Amino acid sequence: MADPMRIRAQVAGDKATVRVLMAHDMETGTRKDGAGKIIPAWFIQEVTVTHNGKTVLTAEWGPGVSKNPFLQLVVKGAKIGDKIGVTWKDNKGGTRSDEATTS
Amino acid sequence: MQSRRQALKKTAIVTGLLASTGLFPGLAFAFSKDGFEAKTIQDAIKALGAGALVASKDVVLTAPDIAENGAVVPFAASTTLPGVKRLLILVEKNPAPLVALFNVSDSVEPAFTTRGKMGQSSDVYAVAIMADGRALFAKKEVKVTLGGCGG
Repeated sequence: MADPMRIRAQVAGDKATVRVLMAHDMETGTRKDGAGKIIPAWFIQEVTVTHNGKTVLTAEWGPGVSKNPFLQLVVKGAKIGDKIGVTWKDNKGGTRSDEATTS
Repeated sequence: MQSRRQALKKTAIVTGLLASTGLFPGLAFAFSKDGFEAKTIQDAIKALGAGALVASKDVVLTAPDIAENGAVVPFAASTTLPGVKRLLILVEKNPAPLVALFNVSDSVEPAFTTRGKMGQSSDVYAVAIMADGRALFAKKEVKVTLGGCGG
């Protein structure tokens, strides 16, 4: 399984700013390795963010997103102690889910 | 906490399997392959089913004037308009311009930040696709000193 995501969710007022750092190579499929062979495309395609179990964001990414992707979003109606879940799926069927608590 | 983690993992896997069978049509979203494989911004927007691009002061793209490292360029797309369904980030001169697509719900602010790759200096677009299919955009030229596609 991939390395865990780092998720920080900070509440201010009734909103939580969520910052996620994911561990993924995000290969575009256009690079060549030392032997001149194309390194196949391998990238996160779908991202889902949940707030206390409810999906609040779905996103689709292409290989143009940078390696070790960063994502920042603002969840409305959040308070301290809420659960933020982040799940990603890549184009090879790999997946990772992590959770954090707002503070 | 091992058992809880296992339970969460199992739930995610089962949900993923169920979603892929189409049992949850609302949750299972088909990857916008055509949009991400389009070679021009116009084609990407059309593939996503939106109308012609119209400039709007109410859509904001935040990006650096100069990106020293084209492999990691911070982009933020946001809008103050109500009724946005999707926010997109596109890099005009990339081999496939569509970088990221965010499906906006009522529970999040229509404002997202990520980091993308730029192969060369280019215009970068933030596009808001509205509920009525209009595509409103803001763009900014970002100069790149070191291209980011590894070539």
